[in-house]
Amino acid sequence: MHILSKFAAVTALTVMSTTSFAADDPIAARQNIMKNVGAAMKAAGAMATGKAEYDALAAELAVRTINSSAIGFPMFFPKGSETGGDTEAAPAIWSDMEGFSKSSAQLATDSATATEAAKGGMDTFKGAFFAMAKNCKACHEKFRIKKN
Amino acid sequence: MRGFLKVFLLLAMAGAAVFWYLTEPKVLDAQSLPTTPGDVEKGKYIFYASGCASCHAAPDAKGEEKLALAGGHAFKTPFGTFYAPNISPDEEDGIGGWSDVDFVNAVMRGVSPDGQHYYPAFPYMSYQRMNVQEVIDLKAYMDTLPAVKSQVPDHDLPLPFRFRRGLGAWKFLFMDNKPFKAVQGASDAVNRGAYLVTGPGHCGECHTPRNLLGGPETDWQLAGGPAPEGKGVISNITPHRDGIGDWSEADIASSLETGFTPSYDTFGGSMVAVQENMAHLSAEDRAAIAAYLKSVEPRPSRWKERKPEK
Ligand code: HEC
Ligand code: HEC
Ligand code: HEC
Repeated sequence: MHILSKFAAVTALTVMSTTSFAADDPIAARQNIMKNVGAAMKAAGAMATGKAEYDALAAELAVRTINSSAIGFPMFFPKGSETGGDTEAAPAIWSDMEGFSKSSAQLATDSATATEAAKGGMDTFKGAFFAMAKNCKACHEKFRIKKN
Repeated sequence: MRGFLKVFLLLAMAGAAVFWYLTEPKVLDAQSLPTTPGDVEKGKYIFYASGCASCHAAPDAKGEEKLALAGGHAFKTPFGTFYAPNISPDEEDGIGGWSDVDFVNAVMRGVSPDGQHYYPAFPYMSYQRMNVQEVIDLKAYMDTLPAVKSQVPDHDLPLPFRFRRGLGAWKFLFMDNKPFKAVQGASDAVNRGAYLVTGPGHCGECHTPRNLLGGPETDWQLAGGPAPEGKGVISNITPHRDGIGDWSEADIASSLETGFTPSYDTFGGSMVAVQENMAHLSAEDRAAIAAYLKSVEPRPSRWKERKPEK
């Protein structure tokens, strides 16, 4: 099982680094970043909830992926990318870029904490993981609108 | 000519009388209420099941702040903008001093203590299905919440909609004042879920599309549609492939608990507040909601037909 979660985390990382080059299509790039964040959450969440065996390295890799995604995430929301593609970005991002950046920075901070905590074993990781997980909903509540 | 005028006047008067009769607020009287005093603990559970704070807490309130029901949240609808009132136990700005029957009629009949109709932005269409005793329990709990002062703006509505009496006609069309009716032959869990979804949980208020008059399109129950605020859509939550057909009951129950969907995406928008209330319910009740959602008729998402995927 832990081989699998390690694999998921590593794939997420590699896909992540390839998408960074897609900056000429910021909508596709930010959606790919979020998809990887989702995949990393899946791997980390399975361990934090005890559905998969805890593996410190896999856990660390997963939350590190989330951390590197959160850093600089608002750069993928330049003016002119408000609509188009099937973006689910809410207009609130551009009317409150400061709040959006704060929300992104909070995820960066909390995922950095979780990256450290992963080394301390399942029990330390769990707390840090759930604290980090709150950021996803908090940002999606304000800054994302479902389109289909 | 004179004869015609007379007939016309008579008809108009009959019409007005019928209109007046039809739009007359229908209320419960105090004698018909159960006499068991409200139970604060049970009321607290109903408070989360029925999501009063999602609308009545101050906008952007988080955590404990959600217990101060100061109002002020704006709801943009095709009929104008509504502001949720203060429903804290404050005597002046809130609903302090209301009797049980005042409260029951507001929540379950959409009628104010002085006999005015409320707008259906207040989801009494769903709350009419609630158990009366539970509404009394809810009041007992809400009486223990902090009394707060606040000034809430008046609703911003175009002229024809400012006339509250006319809402009686709307209620006549769409509201039946009937209690929840169990589905014959369905399991207890499915029926418990049906009660929670159609009554206190008021899921259909967002997830069932509305017709031009703002009434629910009962043929499209829970099939989602364009969001009333004009941006985005509200998900189809029937077990159709356009909806949550590929979610298991366990997936649904767990997403209501944690906010994460099976693909580790999360709920967003107004569903976040709903989910955070559902997280306060028992695991059995979340499972019951899931069982009910999987049991309803699968329906496609109509808006996808109108706007085909590119
Ligand atoms: C700073 C705000 C922010 C935070 C924090 C955030 N997201 Fe997102 N997320 C967004 C936005 C905005 C979109 C929509 C992007 C678009 O469509 O242009 C999105 C989209 C998504 C998607 C859909 C991607 C797709 O297009 O298929 C997933 C999955 C997702 N987020 C998962 C997560 C998870 C898991 C977390 C927490 C670890 C998280 N997000 C944290 C803002 C955020
Ligand atoms: C979807 C948003 C929404 C939810 C959920 C909601 N309300 Fe309201 N409520 C409103 C709006 C909007 C009004 C104003 C209606 C009007 O002015 O006609 C209102 C009005 C009221 C009033 C009348 C207040 C007055 O001063 O006359 C009461 C009482 C009330 N709500 C109680 C509740 C309770 C109790 C719940 C939970 C069981 C609840 N509401 C849930 C939106 C909501
Ligand atoms: C205030 C409006 C509102 C109410 C009330 C509401 N929902 Fe939702 N719901 C939404 C919105 C908006 C979405 C889309 C969420 C997003 O942006 O991620 C949604 C999404 C969902 C989804 C996810 C569907 C998918 O395919 O991703 C489920 C499941 C769901 N709701 C169940 C419920 C249940 C059960 C109830 C009643 C207890 C309920 N909802 C009440 C607004 C609401």
